[in-house]
Amino acid sequence: MNQIFVRPERCMGCRSCEIGCAVEHSKAKTLFAALGERPAPKKRLFVELADGVKMPVLCRQCEDAPCVTACITGSMYRDEHNFVRRNEEKCIGCWSCVMACPFGVVAMDPERRISVKCDRCHTRDVPACVSACPTKALVLIDTDTFTKDQRRQTILKATQGR
Amino acid sequence: MERSSDAAVNAALDGAAKAGVKTVWERYQAQLPQCGFGETGLCCRHCLQGPCRIDPFGEGARTGVCGATADVMVARGLARAVAGGAASHSGHAKHIALTLLKSARGEAKDYPIRDDAKLRAVAARVGIETNGRDSKAVALDLATKALAEFSEQEAALTWATTTLTQQRIETFRKLGVLPSGIDSSIAEVMHRTTYGVDADAVNILLGAVKCAVADFTGCHLGTDLADVIFGTPQPGATTSNLGALKENAVNIALHGHNPLLSDIIVQVASEKGLVDKAKAAGAAEGLNLVGVCCTGNEVMMRHKIPLATSSVSQEAAILTGVLDAMVVDYQCIMPSLPGIAECYHTKIITTMPIAKITGADHIELEETKAKETARTIIETAIAAFSRRDPKKINIPKVKSTAFAGFSLEAIVGALALVNKEDPLKPLIDNIVAGNIYGVCLFAGCNTVKVTQDANYLAMVKELAKHNVLILATGCASGSFARHGLMTPEATNQYAGDGLKAVLTAVGKAAGLGGPLPLVLHMGSCVDNSRAMDVAVAVANKLGVDVGMLPVVASAPEPVTEKAVAIGTWAVAAGLPTHLGVVPPVLGSPLVTSVLTAKIKDLLGGWFIVEPDPFKASAALLAAMKERRKGLGLSA
Repeated sequence: MNQIFVRPERCMGCRSCEIGCAVEHSKAKTLFAALGERPAPKKRLFVELADGVKMPVLCRQCEDAPCVTACITGSMYRDEHNFVRRNEEKCIGCWSCVMACPFGVVAMDPERRISVKCDRCHTRDVPACVSACPTKALVLIDTDTFTKDQRRQTILKATQGR
Repeated sequence: MERSSDAAVNAALDGAAKAGVKTVWERYQAQLPQCGFGETGLCCRHCLQGPCRIDPFGEGARTGVCGATADVMVARGLARAVAGGAASHSGHAKHIALTLLKSARGEAKDYPIRDDAKLRAVAARVGIETNGRDSKAVALDLATKALAEFSEQEAALTWATTTLTQQRIETFRKLGVLPSGIDSSIAEVMHRTTYGVDADAVNILLGAVKCAVADFTGCHLGTDLADVIFGTPQPGATTSNLGALKENAVNIALHGHNPLLSDIIVQVASEKGLVDKAKAAGAAEGLNLVGVCCTGNEVMMRHKIPLATSSVSQEAAILTGVLDAMVVDYQCIMPSLPGIAECYHTKIITTMPIAKITGADHIELEETKAKETARTIIETAIAAFSRRDPKKINIPKVKSTAFAGFSLEAIVGALALVNKEDPLKPLIDNIVAGNIYGVCLFAGCNTVKVTQDANYLAMVKELAKHNVLILATGCASGSFARHGLMTPEATNQYAGDGLKAVLTAVGKAAGLGGPLPLVLHMGSCVDNSRAMDVAVAVANKLGVDVGMLPVVASAPEPVTEKAVAIGTWAVAAGLPTHLGVVPPVLGSPLVTSVLTAKIKDLLGGWFIVEPDPFKASAALLAAMKERRKGLGLSA
């Protein structure tokens, strides 16, 4: 299964991913047209800085998602691709999901008074944030490929000090 | 990270935080993290095919759409910053030159020539006949000659060739970086960095150096003509910091850079009619003028007006709740001011046609009726006084004594009291003997990226301990003034034995009864030219170039394009020059290595980029040691 992985050492903090995300979640889906939309389109991932490290923080699409468990109306649900999504019709703005998310990536939409979260760009092959990243700090990789590569890196570190 | 090392600033900010007022420190937090492409100089918006970014990790784009490499992109960005700085200083200088022209023609009665000796000295230096001529005639020729420096001429800039060492001018000529017009050099940088012109990073950097030499010329011209109109500064005592604001007076802050209006405001503020109006409005102590930023330095060095605060903390002056008006000219004036002032009664008054701020009152300076403009401004402040909210008053009880106004003329004057025939001899003898190990010019700003003043305080103590003579301009001056380092007491406390002995001998000869201050206040940021004058005078006396002297420069907390321009001409003049904030060049290994190493072979000076103030002090001391060895002096 493909997952979005973050390579923090490559993040320049340019926030192109945030802009790409907001545009993807606009009505027009183009930057220039999206700028005038009201309510303003909302990003669903966040570039943050802590102790000098810049990094986009985004929904991990948890297998046992606390936000889904916490949601009392069934607004948060798991879709056919195994993505954790939100049915905005059912959201009552109780913020249980916001409190439950261990990554802090379920946000409040102050204009519409409902929660907002990453939908993994379920209609796109490659999520908008990944497409927008100029340094490939955000990558979409098959989890098995990723872990295999990590295991190979472990061998190299252990045997060649790399 | 602490916001400031200045107790007054922190006290004002604490009060504001309780009231929910947001300042530059909160706005900076809202920007974090800042874009790494901008931080490394790898972002270009010079054409409509962009914006372009280069991936410094090599996986994404390696060039811009046009093919510009990281080296070219970084060099172009740096050159444009130098041009921006040069445009600011020279805009300031041109404004003064135009006013001198009007004065000489009798069209600006409020700007008489206050320093005839300086007028004649500058005129003679630039080749204008002064013998037996009327001051106005000399001033007319001088203003005309000064204005000619801005456009492209056939010969090299007079204000450069007559103020630097001849060796240095020859070096510039050989490298093709000796400009023949100030504005034309700025325009040339804009030309060569636009779409499809100069695409050789080193050649672009040479263009930046040429523009920086033009910036030096503009600074020097600005200093010279300001002295002619308003007088050459002489040392004297005043106070500094927010504690200089008075609860029972109409407080007016003069902020920006140019003395053209601020000096006039100081002149009319003692008029009985205005003082009476202030008292009638309920201000028992009448009018109280204070300075902020470099306008603050201008009126501090000439009139001993207290400096309230510096550039990064300019908003703090409003947060005291007793500032009735902040009068601004141009440069380093935060667009946030009217928004902050809305929470108080303070009037923000813009005065220059090129520098208006939405939300501020605009009372434009007209040189033909400057005093009238100044009086209107003071009356506006008096009217605001009655709208103060007593509940918002929070004046931090912090202020320091500061001695200000050490122009070259004043320093030479003080040294002449030690040796009348040869004033520079005591200075040179003490450098040779090692009592003065070297000279460091502190210049530049305060930045939200460094705890305000922290780098200045750490470095000045470290260098003074090692007997380095300290000069300061701009907001570096402000920093030292606010922390009580421009006092004889600071000399006794922090100077090494050799330096203390020299400053004490000169101070006693000058009748101060004690040492000269630890840090000599040379003026505003255009007045970095004064510091260069000291170095050039010493170099000429010794028959060597400035690049051989143990003289260094440091901008430990820089912000502006002007700081980039000054830093570049300091390097061009041969000075090892420290920057305490990393400039946006690291995206290009070539540009980085040229600026920090290779440029030394061409010009003698180089950039030392070091955020740690102790490591920076060590690097500057090492550079001075190398220079001393080069001159065969004890190191």
